[in-house]
Amino acid sequence: MTTGTERLPATRGGTATDGRRSGALRLFGGKAKGGDEAAKRVQFSSPYLPYLFLAPQLAIIFVFFYWPSIQAIQSSFYLEDPFGFGSTFVGMANYTDVLKSGEYLGIARFTAIFTALVTFFALSIGLLLAVKADGVIRGNASYKTLLIWVYAIAPPVAGLIGMMFFDQHIGPIVELARWFGWDIKVGLNYSDTAFAMIVVSVWKQIPYNFIFFLSGLQGIPVAVREAAAMDCRSGFRRFWTVILPLLAPTAFFLLIINVTYALFDTFGVIDVMVKDKAANNPITLVYKVYMDGFRGNDLGGSSAQSVILMLIVFVLTIFQFRFIERRVHYN
Amino acid sequence: MFKKISLAAFTLAFSATSSLAATDITWWHGMAGRNGEVINEISQKFNEAQSACALTPVSKGTYEEALASGIAAFRSGEQPNILQVFDAGAATIINAKGAVVPAEDLIIKAGHTFDRNAFIDGVRYFYADSEGKFVGMPFNSSAPIMYVNDEALKKAGVEAPKTWEEFEAAAPKLKAAGYIPLVQSQLTWQFTENFFSRNNIQFATNNNGYDSVVDTTLKVTDPNLIMMFDKLKAWKDEGYFAFYGAGWNDNQKVFEEGKAAFWIGSSGSFGGLQKTAQMPFSATFLPYWNAIEGAGTNSFIGGAALFAMSGKTDEENKCVADFFQFLTSPEIQYFYHKATGYVAITKAAYELAQKDGYYKEKPVAEVGIKQLMLPAGDWSKGYRLGFYPQIREIMEREYGRIFSGETTVKDAFDTIEKEGNDLLARFAKTAG
Repeated sequence: MTTGTERLPATRGGTATDGRRSGALRLFGGKAKGGDEAAKRVQFSSPYLPYLFLAPQLAIIFVFFYWPSIQAIQSSFYLEDPFGFGSTFVGMANYTDVLKSGEYLGIARFTAIFTALVTFFALSIGLLLAVKADGVIRGNASYKTLLIWVYAIAPPVAGLIGMMFFDQHIGPIVELARWFGWDIKVGLNYSDTAFAMIVVSVWKQIPYNFIFFLSGLQGIPVAVREAAAMDCRSGFRRFWTVILPLLAPTAFFLLIINVTYALFDTFGVIDVMVKDKAANNPITLVYKVYMDGFRGNDLGGSSAQSVILMLIVFVLTIFQFRFIERRVHYN
Repeated sequence: MFKKISLAAFTLAFSATSSLAATDITWWHGMAGRNGEVINEISQKFNEAQSACALTPVSKGTYEEALASGIAAFRSGEQPNILQVFDAGAATIINAKGAVVPAEDLIIKAGHTFDRNAFIDGVRYFYADSEGKFVGMPFNSSAPIMYVNDEALKKAGVEAPKTWEEFEAAAPKLKAAGYIPLVQSQLTWQFTENFFSRNNIQFATNNNGYDSVVDTTLKVTDPNLIMMFDKLKAWKDEGYFAFYGAGWNDNQKVFEEGKAAFWIGSSGSFGGLQKTAQMPFSATFLPYWNAIEGAGTNSFIGGAALFAMSGKTDEENKCVADFFQFLTSPEIQYFYHKATGYVAITKAAYELAQKDGYYKEKPVAEVGIKQLMLPAGDWSKGYRLGFYPQIREIMEREYGRIFSGETTVKDAFDTIEKEGNDLLARFAKTAG
């Protein structure tokens, strides 16, 4: 297990993102360490060779990402009968219909809150556990394994397990809450369902963050830690002023991953939690796309929604890279 | 001896070639669990009964998923021969002119006779066009009926109610005896769509949507429907009705455990309930309001129908027609009725079950079919509304809000009517 963790992207000298960046170069004999200047100046015998190597990846991205995106943008301007017999160009009508709908805006608001809370709790709990596990000397392999294996659970299964914990009739968490006078009604009460969704989504994502934070922590040189220990007695302050800034690249990478997770990958959890019937329960924007497109067969409307979602992610990513990454120092 | 062997060899060779030459047809459905197994058994029976066609059933998940897969497949020219489409999705597929071959045309073209009157009344119109021609072949058909906890009735000293007025009178006694008087599993199907059918009230303009998609609007702000939900809300506040969300099983469970006196479920729930119910139970019709004039008519058929997708060869269509004939034969209908709890859809099958003494042994199994055979009213034949799965979602959302106290009954129905009408108008544009 120890070797397993050490081999994760953030190897000793590098960080998660650096590890990813140099990944491709590594294949051509470049050194594994990020930031190694020699590795970045690999020369190819023919100028076309790199493109040849990139081609399979580009082909996959084109077929599975660009092509559907183009189609989505196209059909978002049409109103179409599900079986494809006729489609009418309606211009921006699908967009204005969606954006004028109070329901849609309510779902967007919930998605924002949901994403913020899931990202915050998944990151902070993951970091806390990583810091604590990093300090453990005896039996740390078993602690780490126990913390990591939740990650192996598929989202729908996580949703199912979570649903059992929150079941109206037999859920242990519901019984526990009843002791404290809180009658949790998942599927019936909006905020109770939201609470259960957030708990299960956070729980599912903690191990992932834990793995990255732990390897990030293990990548901080002992010399730096020792020097810091000599300068400052407060462990808490040392963490804030020395360890956390050194973890920043990992944290930034995880921030993006977690936001994407909360926006998109929680679909399985939500689907299982609302049991196929959203009713008055909270749902996220992605789930709404699914409901209108796949269950309601309204292709134009749901295409418009997915284009809106694409734009949100696009803006969010630009924002993250422009404003947050500036504050992150890679080595 | 030699003759015998050569004859056997010849027969073998012949049967081998004939099975090789069999026309393959596929059937996509949205059934799981025991109901999915029964579909496999029926297909097997069909394949054994003849050798010209080989039917392969494929489960596509839920009803909604089956419809979505069918649509996606149709658009890419890979559609199955037979697609199972549920009641709420009927308008989507029937209004897509050219997506399906009407079942009646298909059967007649294959040289069989088709008699609409062979089907029981409640089944005849729902999947038919406005002239009564069968577009879809009704398959698994169910009716919303009321299951009764016999123990609870005995303890409280009340009778199973026929009307909601009778229920109101019995509810305090049931509550005093320690029971939840009423639970239900699907407010959309049981208390909205079939509220209109049982009480014979118009659901939507344009003859409940059958006559045209253009300018069809919902009539869900009908004062009687609002009264029904006002009552449900009041009953909930008084402890006469309990609501556990839109999930079917969360609500059924309370009845299975013997905690509730009445549960509105599906006639198709009978098979499963026999295994899970922890107390003796019986069943009766879905109650109606005595105060509403003309109430007490039959209910809409629920469940799903089979549609023959277009764009297939004559050979394959002939096989589909043969299969539809096979499926509606009394023996197969009776087998399906017994194996799943869905009602028999032909009069002949119903008579066969009666003759066989099945209903003496299992009286509950007869309730659904009897309810479908009640006299029909002007508004109990069916509805044909586009984007109806989405309209149901709006209803589910608003009903959840009513019972969690986020909205009033009046506001909820105003919202449903407004958003529902927007969707209907949108659908009219796609179909036009």
